[in-house]
Amino acid sequence: MIRWLAVALATLTLTGCQAEPENWHGKDIQGLMPDLAFELKGTNGDTVTPADSRGQVRLLYFGFTSCPDVCPATLAKLRRAVNDMPDPLAGDVTILFVSVDPQRDTPERLASYAAFFGDRVVGLTAPEPRLRDLTKRYRTTFGYDEPDAEGNYNVSHSSAVYAFDRSGEARLLLRPDLTAEQVTEDLIQLASAAPD
Amino acid sequence: MPELGVLLPYDYSPLTILAFVLVLAAYGYALLRMPEHHRPGAVRIVAFVVGVLLCYGVMQTRFDYYSQYMFFVHRGQHLILHHIGPFLIALSNPLPVFRFWQQRLSPVLVSALKPLGLIYRLLQHPLIAPILFVGLIYFWLWPAVHFDAMLSRDLYWLMNWSMLLDGLLFWWLMFDPRSPASGTALGYGKRMLILALVALPQMILGAWIVFSRGMVYDVYEVCGRAWPMAPETDQLLGGLLTWIPPAMMSVLAILILLRRAMHEDERAAGRPPNLKGETVS
Repeated sequence: MIRWLAVALATLTLTGCQAEPENWHGKDIQGLMPDLAFELKGTNGDTVTPADSRGQVRLLYFGFTSCPDVCPATLAKLRRAVNDMPDPLAGDVTILFVSVDPQRDTPERLASYAAFFGDRVVGLTAPEPRLRDLTKRYRTTFGYDEPDAEGNYNVSHSSAVYAFDRSGEARLLLRPDLTAEQVTEDLIQLASAAPD
Repeated sequence: MPELGVLLPYDYSPLTILAFVLVLAAYGYALLRMPEHHRPGAVRIVAFVVGVLLCYGVMQTRFDYYSQYMFFVHRGQHLILHHIGPFLIALSNPLPVFRFWQQRLSPVLVSALKPLGLIYRLLQHPLIAPILFVGLIYFWLWPAVHFDAMLSRDLYWLMNWSMLLDGLLFWWLMFDPRSPASGTALGYGKRMLILALVALPQMILGAWIVFSRGMVYDVYEVCGRAWPMAPETDQLLGGLLTWIPPAMMSVLAILILLRRAMHEDERAAGRPPNLKGETVS
């Protein structure tokens, strides 16, 4: 009981401390989520970890290349948001597109899909169990529909983008209802902050 | 995935497993060692074990996965953690087990636990207990708080444990087997009043969720659902689970208390009051 109260108090205090006067359009998730960590397969077959984009502002997004509308719309919005950033900062943002459909998303397919949305996008995937671990870490999930006659199936996945600062700390959850302008403003603020 | 996989925890919590194992072990040990005439009957033992296993099941099996990614399953999880599980545990009257352990704890430990007793008495105050009971439901269902709780692993565990512990406190206050006539237990009238009063705000909250046009809890939208279900359906089912079963639990508890009060009246009329402070129910 005392232990529980202590945890409750500690949590309340911590949450209280986070209420800084920062103004974000996205949802502030600092302290709520673990920092950026993954080991995934890149489009050239190499293993990719956060160290490959060290010091960058990272945007993590789960999707799949056969995604009819949500994924292209989100990635197009992110591309616009990053391109609208002032010059030196725009190069400091990496978009990590993690396909949760490794069966259909071959490295080639993922590479051309990522390239379509600009050179800031890195296409990544992994065998399903590893993807399950990663989505669990960020408290999201994905699921597959039954395939239709042509073998096409839909995939349910998170609709939000996770933003990590230069030191890899989880900072923002960008909900799908944000505009590209709002994302740009948040990204400028994130990228301008000095790394810890 | 093999069938047994569904029984494994989605989010493995050693502390939670340890807590449940300790509770069951302490209960079982006491049962074996206590004198025959103190031992609860089979129905009470089953009620206790089922209550404990239900709570364990929604916290440390695949059920927890669906609770994290479907709103209505989450409401079902809290229905068990805050209502059904503790309801069964309190109704099973584990008082003989408490007494067994109280007698065996060293006096040093007992005096060290004194401050806990103070907190316990404060939380079990007839004004504070119902406010805490309903307040916790409202707190964790406050959309902004709920969003954070579903995103943060720590907050999620805090939410579930606080619901379970508060459920145990509340239903123990309601079903305390010691007779109010001969002890300090809360009177039956007050208990029934509290039960009726806590039902109301829960019904209002559930109805509000059911009749909300927009998405109240969009975290399930943001984080992806466990399977493709229309968000409106998910919210509607979750609202109904918040609205109706908790109200029924209150009604059921009032009926049980009425029966108990009537029995005690009859007994008081016929025989001297039960001074041992143990009623069977």
